[in-house]
Amino acid sequence: MSTNLIGQAVKRREDYRFLTGAGQYTDDVQLANQTYAYFLRSPHAHAKIKAIRKDKAMKAPGVVAIFTGDDVANAKVGGLPCGWLITDVNGQPMKEPPHPVLAQGKVRYVGDHVAIVIAESYAQAKDAAELVEVDYEVLPAVVDVADAAEKGAPVLHDIAPDNTCYVWALGDKAAVDKAFASAAHVTTLEFVNNRLIPNAIEPRAATGSFSRADDSYTLYVASQNPHVERLLMTAFVLGLPEHKVRVVAPDVGGGFGSKIYLYAEDVVVTWASKQVNRPVKWTAERSESFQSDAHGRDHLTKAELALDKNGKFLALRVHTTANMGAYLSTFASCIPTILYATLLAGQYTTPVIYCEVKAVFTNTAPVDAYRGAGRPEATYVVERIVETAARELKMDPAELRRKNFITQFPYQTPVALLYDTGNYDATLTEAQKLADVEGYAARKKASEAKGKLRGRGYACYIEACGIAPSAVAGSLGARAGLFEAGEVRVHPTGKVTVFTGSHSHGQGHETTFAQVVASRFGIPLEDVDIVHGDTSKILFGMGTYGSRSIAVGGTAIVKAMDKVVNKGRKIAAHLLEAAESDVEFKDGFFQIAGTDKKKAFAEIALTAYVPHNYPHDKLEPGLNENAFYDPTNFTFPAGSYICEVEVGPETGQVKIDKWVAVDDFGKIINPMIVEGQVHGGLVQGIGQALTESCRYDKATGQLLTGTMLDYSLPRADEVPSFVVGTKETPCTHNPLGVKGCGEAGAIGAPAALMNAITDALGIKDMPMPASPQNVWSALRTKEAA
Amino acid sequence: MYSFNYQKTKSVADAAAALGKNADAKLLAGGQSLIAAMKLRLAQPAQLIDLGEVAELKGIKVDGGSVTIGAMTRHGEVASSADVKKAIPALAALASGIGDRMVRNMGTIGGSVAHNDPAADYPAAVLGLGATVITNKRKIAADDFFKGMFETALQAGEIITAVSFPTPKRAAYMKFKNPASRYAMVGVFVAETAGGPRVAVTGAGPGVFRVPEMEKALAGKFAPESVANIAVTSSGLNSDIHASAEYRAHLITVMAKRAVAAALT
Amino acid sequence: MTVRVSMTVNGKTVSGDVEERTLLVEFIRNNLRLTGTHVGCDTAQCGACTIHMNGRAVKSCNMLAMQAEGAQLTTIEGVAKADGTLHPMQEAFREHHGLQCGFCTPGMIMSAIDLVKVHPQPDEQTIRAELDGNLCRCTGYHNIVKAIKAAAAKM
Repeated sequence: MSTNLIGQAVKRREDYRFLTGAGQYTDDVQLANQTYAYFLRSPHAHAKIKAIRKDKAMKAPGVVAIFTGDDVANAKVGGLPCGWLITDVNGQPMKEPPHPVLAQGKVRYVGDHVAIVIAESYAQAKDAAELVEVDYEVLPAVVDVADAAEKGAPVLHDIAPDNTCYVWALGDKAAVDKAFASAAHVTTLEFVNNRLIPNAIEPRAATGSFSRADDSYTLYVASQNPHVERLLMTAFVLGLPEHKVRVVAPDVGGGFGSKIYLYAEDVVVTWASKQVNRPVKWTAERSESFQSDAHGRDHLTKAELALDKNGKFLALRVHTTANMGAYLSTFASCIPTILYATLLAGQYTTPVIYCEVKAVFTNTAPVDAYRGAGRPEATYVVERIVETAARELKMDPAELRRKNFITQFPYQTPVALLYDTGNYDATLTEAQKLADVEGYAARKKASEAKGKLRGRGYACYIEACGIAPSAVAGSLGARAGLFEAGEVRVHPTGKVTVFTGSHSHGQGHETTFAQVVASRFGIPLEDVDIVHGDTSKILFGMGTYGSRSIAVGGTAIVKAMDKVVNKGRKIAAHLLEAAESDVEFKDGFFQIAGTDKKKAFAEIALTAYVPHNYPHDKLEPGLNENAFYDPTNFTFPAGSYICEVEVGPETGQVKIDKWVAVDDFGKIINPMIVEGQVHGGLVQGIGQALTESCRYDKATGQLLTGTMLDYSLPRADEVPSFVVGTKETPCTHNPLGVKGCGEAGAIGAPAALMNAITDALGIKDMPMPASPQNVWSALRTKEAA
Repeated sequence: MYSFNYQKTKSVADAAAALGKNADAKLLAGGQSLIAAMKLRLAQPAQLIDLGEVAELKGIKVDGGSVTIGAMTRHGEVASSADVKKAIPALAALASGIGDRMVRNMGTIGGSVAHNDPAADYPAAVLGLGATVITNKRKIAADDFFKGMFETALQAGEIITAVSFPTPKRAAYMKFKNPASRYAMVGVFVAETAGGPRVAVTGAGPGVFRVPEMEKALAGKFAPESVANIAVTSSGLNSDIHASAEYRAHLITVMAKRAVAAALT
Repeated sequence: MTVRVSMTVNGKTVSGDVEERTLLVEFIRNNLRLTGTHVGCDTAQCGACTIHMNGRAVKSCNMLAMQAEGAQLTTIEGVAKADGTLHPMQEAFREHHGLQCGFCTPGMIMSAIDLVKVHPQPDEQTIRAELDGNLCRCTGYHNIVKAIKAAAAKM
């Protein structure tokens, strides 16, 4: 029997429970005797807390306990750690201000945590919170990235008197400056990469419980990486023994980065569950998500591209100021540096690149990784400036790209990365074919006849995924390993349970990983179960982010399966009375090469657990193997997107008429799931360019986009159906040849769309999002000029 | 939301009596705005008087010259009513664009008109068609009913029982939606009525309002070009992160032009 | 203060004593423990809480439990057949990969069944327009639209 499911569009095995309402998300978990928590949050962007009086609130109906910053400080609860140390241009460590789980004397953004109110019902907790009296001395606030480091700006943290976390640089500045001095043409762009609020449809949630019986804790939490959550919480914040804390991330309703981090609420409900000796349940309201989930992007950038007279790129120079928000979230510091500047070569042979990044604190929610994390910002820089250069040089934007494509691999970029493989011309050519570039002129004419402006935009992105070789990450400041762990447990009947550290919250691991396992073992898909999301079951895991699951988590499983097969071969050799080297494993059978003597996978499993006839002198019984896989390099998915828009000049309304995406994700395990990931990523990227924008009031620091009534998430009628294609150049350094696909769409889409919109409007640039008002204003500015 | 007392009523008289007893009581119609506001703790009624089972407030009646819609008639019912579609297709079309399908299955015309959200759709039709708001006490002409943001001519204890729309010669509603909330950022209802053309604008200002210059121009000739060049002043219009007052003023002209064109087709 | 509320949910008569301010979705999730109906927002935008009341789709987060007094409700748990066979809409979502994390899915399914009732043979534009009350952050809607179109042909 052959069970090769690699490359098959297998229907998802997790769907039945989701389609019937049987999924179990964190808020669905009900524990006996549970209490409900409400977090009292700062209504001010920046204020001193002069006093908190909780006596009135304590007398409110149903109140169990109220804890403030003083309570956690007295209990020696630590602050939230940042997982990545950036060393600045002067060799100094970044400024790491304390990040308390409940405010200590000062609040620094609207939504900052002031107190937890615990009651018998959620409504009672919320009612009581209104009775907590907090005396604030309101301070001036700074929210804009451009203003944070200006002289006289309000100071958030004493240790960073200029609100600067670090100034960091990558690349050869002198060589870049020299190249610019002799360039035939320089293209310059200055823009804001707009701030986004992730908005997974499941709000964050956490329920902590404590057992006096064995002095242990359990935390149910909507998390992308329960082991990381546990490690950070026990070792760095609560000082608890790691083995006494179980973290369960059950079904999770989307993450997109926002559920990677250790949040204050997770820590406080866990800690408080011991104080009240009852489970403490908290689920965010959407307004709280807007205020307190880690936001994304928020860069101010000046980019300059030097070209020779033939359009060859000579150098790229980028200066970016990145908003960290009020505190450093778990991975905040590495996003605008390690995951940004290193991607600035894009798909091109630009010989020298220099990037300088200043990270600043502001009175806004912490900013961290959001789908793509640094790479969308890098792609936006590269692909907007390349398209702009093509227009300035009156060259076809596709041809200018082709002229500069990297074609020889492996390729060492001037910004640290070593691309193992790729074929950029292949994806661009395919995209052009699918987009019917030949017919564009006629379509543009037809649009004009209707009074509409048509434009076209390209984006050829690259991303670094499969994060990451631990040693490389460590040398760059990572305070954690970045391997993944997997365990393959073959049961006596030959059924298999796989335990993976790669949490699944929409990515379909329960299907994709099972395809890999069933194919390798030659057993039916139904015989394989994938388990994830529980530290009490899974040996370890670094979690799901950076499009790493199949490349790193999948490879860990492959390595564990290799061990199973090796052991199985030994058992089979014993049973078949053959030399181990003569036994091959294929299609579910251990077989003596060149003969018909063989043993089925299940027979070997049974023998391992019923070891009557068994090589006890050489082997232990049982068939259960685990593996940790630490990649040797990043993977480098890349692709080409082409979109066409029609703009109504009267209203500024943009309609996306056509979208083609051709990606190279290396080998594809399940094309259906991969396409779904591309669609979803594209719409998040389109959201950034077309509808989404987090806005704080400059004067007061109030969040202006604090509900879905003001923050515009893309709806079905704002986005098109997509034409999706793939090209496969397998990754050279993992056994599956896979690269990862989760973030691609969000990385490439904003540049493609803004290239199309600026083309339609006949302007160099305009701010994202291209909302009707912004487009209308851009047209008015153009007319006035 | 805050605590409150809840009372279900079976008749307008019962509801009026209950309303009379408690100054902090509020009527609950479909609740699509009120419950939403209460959830965000922006509204705090001491008592809710639910009109959901008041049969006399439901239903659509069409006679020769008008369409009368009971206050508790859901938007979805108006949108799909064959009678409304025939008599005033613009009204059915407007109702079919309120909120989303789920909201339309709960929200009512009486609730919408009484709430008078400055970005709601129904007020534009009520004012644009010169409708009459019928209460348990009196009949109020549309021109006298809307009093600016969330304010109406309704007095304490007064309950809208129906809205009566005179059948126009032609009419249309054009809405430019707020990209986030999907409420009207600018909505323009244009009608050619027995008393002359009427143009009512919602979403753009603190409350629904008419545009006399456009009405005058349309009285001369009911055609898109009559309004295409009439600029409305941005002074007094709403300005927020989604649309400046200038942009809203511009959209009024564009939507008015499109509405006139649609009314003529 | 509490009030008594009774209704029929997925064919079963249910009742409970609740605070007046209890939302229908809270009654469904907390009292009835039918946790397939989700809450994704607090402004009635996301549609994850969509159920059917007396045959029409409504947002159970934007109404009081008392407003459903005496009503016939169907939640996502009541959509598949008793033997577990999926409804054509559920089946089409599975077939066309119209879901990823699954959180918006129950509301999407309930809304989509209602959509097809109102528009028996919807084209893509109609489907997209009629999905304006449901937000999905995972799928980009592409496969949801495909699934609804396919289901409509079979319903």
